[in-house]
Amino acid sequence: MIGLNDIEMVFGQGTSDENHVLNNLSLKINKGDFITIIGSNGAGKSTLFNVISGKYSPSFGQVFFNGADVTPFAEYKRAKWVGRIFQDPLLGTAGNMSLEHNMVITHKKGFKGLRVSLNRENREFFKKELVQLDMNLENRLKDNVGNLSGGQRQALTLLMTVLSRPELLLLDEHTAALDPKNASKVLELTDKFISQYKLTAMMVTHNMQQAIDYGNRLLMLDGGEVIFDVSGEMKKNLTVEALVKKFHEIRKTSFKSDEALLT
Amino acid sequence: MLEGILVEGLIYGIMALGVFITFRILDFPDLSVDGTFPMGAAIMASGITSGLPPMVALLIAFIGGYIAGMVTAIIHNRLKVPSLLAGILTMTMLWSVNIRILGNKANLPLLRVETMLSRYLDGWGSLLPREWSLLVYFLIVALLIKFLLDYFFKTDLGLTMGAMGQNEQMIIAQGINPRTLKILGVGLSNGLVATSGAFAAQYQGFADVNLGQGIVVTGLAMVMMGEFLLKSNKIGWLTLRVIIGAILYKAIMYFGRFYGYYINLTPNDLRLITGLLIIGALAFTKLKGSPKWKGKLSSTFKSFSKTGGTQ
Ligand SMILES: Nc1ncnc2c1ncn2[C@@H]1O[C@H](COP(=O)(O)OP(=O)(O)O)[C@@H](O)[C@H]1O
Ligand SMILES: [Mg+2]
Repeated sequence: MIGLNDIEMVFGQGTSDENHVLNNLSLKINKGDFITIIGSNGAGKSTLFNVISGKYSPSFGQVFFNGADVTPFAEYKRAKWVGRIFQDPLLGTAGNMSLEHNMVITHKKGFKGLRVSLNRENREFFKKELVQLDMNLENRLKDNVGNLSGGQRQALTLLMTVLSRPELLLLDEHTAALDPKNASKVLELTDKFISQYKLTAMMVTHNMQQAIDYGNRLLMLDGGEVIFDVSGEMKKNLTVEALVKKFHEIRKTSFKSDEALLT
Repeated sequence: MLEGILVEGLIYGIMALGVFITFRILDFPDLSVDGTFPMGAAIMASGITSGLPPMVALLIAFIGGYIAGMVTAIIHNRLKVPSLLAGILTMTMLWSVNIRILGNKANLPLLRVETMLSRYLDGWGSLLPREWSLLVYFLIVALLIKFLLDYFFKTDLGLTMGAMGQNEQMIIAQGINPRTLKILGVGLSNGLVATSGAFAAQYQGFADVNLGQGIVVTGLAMVMMGEFLLKSNKIGWLTLRVIIGAILYKAIMYFGRFYGYYINLTPNDLRLITGLLIIGALAFTKLKGSPKWKGKLSSTFKSFSKTGGTQ
């Protein structure tokens, strides 16, 4: 289980462009949750992921992994439990290296020694895993990753990330840079891997229908706060219309309370 | 003459391999090299003049260079300064350190002491004329280092270093601290540079604190010349072309030195030429990469072949 406790993230504290990006954000992520996250640009979704992954340390509050406070842990230390995929397919792989060399680096986490672990047995293992992507990559082990399409590269990143069975998978609009066909392919693979390996995952998406169709829980983020958290039957019965309505409803009330505060 | 060029190319090729590691594999442009090259020479010279076995002195030179490289990486990691500045700091400090190593002198001759080379030349090396047997010697040394490096960059650790140079985020995602890799990699690079300096001192017969001036630029020119000759991304070819580039560079400098006077060049102009070589190589790769130039090139070729065909 992963917990966020009263997280505040302030950029440029004490300067004229002080920016409160996350406000008093608390969240419990249960084992096996597949959470979809929506929210307008600048709502703080990526910042939330940066705080969980340890790229940023929060201005206030704690991050817990399985009951242990990991807030002081650097990103590379938390990476043993957290897998993260970005919008940019180039960020997950080394383009000037072959597919098999990329997989040697990523198939096991942690510091690498002076062994040469690329052998026949490992190659067979990589091939067997790559078959799952159904992109014919199992026959291109020696090709440079830079020669793959964006969709293939992102699918490979996804496979390499789930190979290590992370305790938490963070997907930050990881299909947004792909063409529609590849985007839906990668999304299907994502869903397949998450259920196959019983992963706990959080997925940011701009597509409300996707946010409703996938996962068991949905979060709406706005102004650095979770303004809507829904799961189970209620989430299943959501529609895009209902979601938009909900969004305006909540926004208006917060508007009113702002006015109330001002007067 | 030819043997001399080849020998110098091989000795300096070891240094160029070090520069290749930082500039091309780790993406950590490092200037410590200007200090670690003379450091290797200084450790070798003062080691053997004070009675250390030459092989031990060579090992200490490698380790000394390695530590100096680690210092550069640590300055960069801890103080979050750019690698260039960290390198300049190390290089500057090493100037004083090197004078200490040389026994508070700016240079140390190796005329009447036994070096690895003099031992070899008196033994197996006496079977061939001096210059040729030196060539055999350095061919073996440079290729041995090349193959060891090739092997290293195929190990899991070596592959991880290569990936870090391209994509640091990917390495962090594997739970690996990129700082550690930088310390190990920049260390290795400077260890090689110091080794090259140690051989250069024995070959030239002296160590001098100013031996390293501009050496990083020389190394970079060598790396870039090699890149002109061969296109590949297989590690075996990459390291081979660094060595070939080093030999080519030494050949160009040789001709500049000996035939340059026809066009009024003096040895003092060689640095200018080195710089111009690098600028030329940079400009060429930039032009070649731009689509506009590609179009122009191919249309030029087409028009050539057209006129050729109609004539
Ligand atoms: N490193 C940073 N320094 C300063 N401001 C930042 C930084 N990262 C994000 N922000 C700010 O935080 C806000 C939320 O950004 P982000 O989390 O990327 O939004 P989202 O992913 O929801 O679109 C934006 O106003 C952005 O400018
Ligand atoms: Mg974002």
